[in-house]
Order: sequence, then C-alpha cells, then structure tokens
Amino acid sequence: MVDKKVAVYSTPTCPWCKRTKEYLTQKGIAYIEYDVAADKARAREMIEKSKQMGVPVTIIDDQVVVGFNQQQLDKLLS
Amino acid sequence: MYDLMIIGGGPAGLAASIYAARKRLKALLISTDIGGQVNRTMGVENYLGYQFIEGPELIDKFQAQVSQYPIDQKVGDKVSQLAKIEGGFEAITDAGNKYQSRVVIFTTGKSPRRLNIPGETEFAGKGVTYCAICDGPIFSGQKVAIVGGGNSALEATLDMVKIAEHVNLISLTPLTGDAILIEKLEEAKNLSLFTEYQSEKIEGRDFVNGIVIKDLKTGQSKRLEVTGVFIEIGLVPNSEAVKGLVELNQWGEIPINGACETKVPGLYAAGDVTDVPEKQIVVAAGEGAKAALQAHRYLQRL
Repeated sequence: MVDKKVAVYSTPTCPWCKRTKEYLTQKGIAYIEYDVAADKARAREMIEKSKQMGVPVTIIDDQVVVGFNQQQLDKLLS
Repeated sequence: MYDLMIIGGGPAGLAASIYAARKRLKALLISTDIGGQVNRTMGVENYLGYQFIEGPELIDKFQAQVSQYPIDQKVGDKVSQLAKIEGGFEAITDAGNKYQSRVVIFTTGKSPRRLNIPGETEFAGKGVTYCAICDGPIFSGQKVAIVGGGNSALEATLDMVKIAEHVNLISLTPLTGDAILIEKLEEAKNLSLFTEYQSEKIEGRDFVNGIVIKDLKTGQSKRLEVTGVFIEIGLVPNSEAVKGLVELNQWGEIPINGACETKVPGLYAAGDVTDVPEKQIVVAAGEGAKAALQAHRYLQRL
C-alpha cells in the first residue's frame, strides 16, 4: 500500500466520527486523530482546510473528505 | 434483471437483505449510506440482545452479518426515481445509473427536516448543523441558536448550555418536549428562551454570524449574534423517489398494510419511511424481515 498521511478531525460525541475511524482501522490504515472539541487550534485548522465546521473531517495527504463518505475515502486511499 | 431491489440501508433494508439472501433471491441493495439514522445515535439501549450499544457499532454488526451473504451492494448512490416498467420496476440514481428488478422493498427511512429559510443551505456546514451531538463541541465557548421545541432540541440545548457561552432556544410553538427536560432548562443561566418565534433568516459572511427571528405575538423581528445554528425540528420521510408511483399520507410516509404491501403490487416498504406506528430500530428491522418474506411469497406466485 502507498504510504499516505491520514488525519481525522473529530469530536468524542460524534457517531459518524466513530464510524469513520472504525472504517479506517478495518482497512488497516494508520491515522492521526485530533479531538477538535478539546484542541481549539486543531479546530481552527480543520475549519480553514475544509472551509466548513462539521465533523468528521478526514485529510488524506492534502485531500479533504467531509463526513463519513466511504466512496471518497476508498478512492483517495487506493 | 434482479429478483429484488432493496432501496435504503438502515435497519429495515439490512434485515430485508439478510432474509432475501436466505431465500436465495438475486438481490441488490442500493443506499446513500449504511446505517442511516442509527449512525447519528450515540447509545442504543432497547435493541434486543444489547443492554447498551453505540449506534455505529450496532450498524457494523448488521453490516458484517449482511456481508456474509451474496447480495450486490451499491452504497453511496441515491435512487432519485423509482418507476414501474414491464415485468417490474426501474430505479434511476443521482449518478445516472439504472437498475431493474421484479419486486422492490423501499426502506429509505427519514432525514432531518429543514427550516427552508434564506441562508440555511448557503451556511450548511458553515455554522448550520443538523447533528448537534456531532458538531456541538466545535461551538464551545461561543454563542449559538437551537431551533426547535421537541425532545431533540431540548436535549441539544441541555448539552450546549454546559459548553457554550450563551444558548438561544427558538421555537415556533410553546415547547413540546418532555416536562422533565423543560424543567432542567430552568437551571441554565446562559439560556434565552424564544418561544412562539419564527426563524426568518440565517446571516453570515464565510460562516454564520447571526439569525433573524420574529416574535409571532408582536410581529417584531430581531437579530441574535450567533456563530452556530442547530436545527432540530424533527424528521421527514425520504419518499420523493416514489412520489409519482404511490400515494403518500399527509406526512409524506408510504402507507402499508400488515404485510408491508403498498398499493402498488410488487412494491413493498418497511421502516421509518412508512406509516408504521413507532419508529424504532427493532421495529424497522422486524418490518424489513417481514417485507422480504412477503416479497419472496409474491415472487413465487408470479
């Protein structure tokens, strides 16, 4: 598998975030997790990069996926 | 042509998939996602077999079970129209794909209701959210508005008063949620209550910076400075795709009988998109199973 840098911006209470993280784990993808509820700087970074305020946001290299979008994740990870 | 198309991947559609596969039907599951509303549910405490399970985890278990069977799945595409054709039905999707089957089970569930006011679509995800439990924490320390008067609006309010600087609760009617939740609101010091106020407009530049509301008693409008607008005004059935095919009830639900049959022979429906009383995961799963067994019987009679 190609080495891609994957980051998930999420909140602890968000079911879709959990689903995104479980999906990545299931696919054997390593990712960095940022809790945007606790980390305001990362929250700002997420909003700047995704131009919106909803979680989860997954950033794969420099590509942004908003929400749990299985098809888009698959495409960017392949 | 498939024997069966199952349109919708929540508990009803997933249960129907398992029953259809066990009847050896050649089946296709088409859905925008797997899990539907359950993905937005943090805790489930009333699904048989689990005293407590998180929504996404329950869906993973459903999905794992479905994937044991040879069911074709098209996830991430939305059926925009379902039409009757010779010998069955044709589904047309947003992506322009067309699929045909002899019978259909329609299980598309419900989605959050929209306010339909200026600024709502423009600022969706830019301060406007329909998932308070997901996006709420982003707005900690900020001023927010919550629109709605039912239990989900009250629960969102009770969560947000703990972390937001100030919360405005805006309801078109007097609050309709449970008394126990309304009582809890009284303890909050950073809450302003606007009952019998209409939300008129969401304003902002790149992101939301305010909401305009109108006092229905005086007719006066005012603007509240907020960075977040949480819309919690209930759910609407995802029944647009069958509008031309079958008559809907006044709430847009698909009327069914005890056998999950609609008025159109060969078209079955199950779960929250139907007029079944009680929208529950366990009910939707049961209805999906019933619809699949009935669809199988129908196919045998053809």
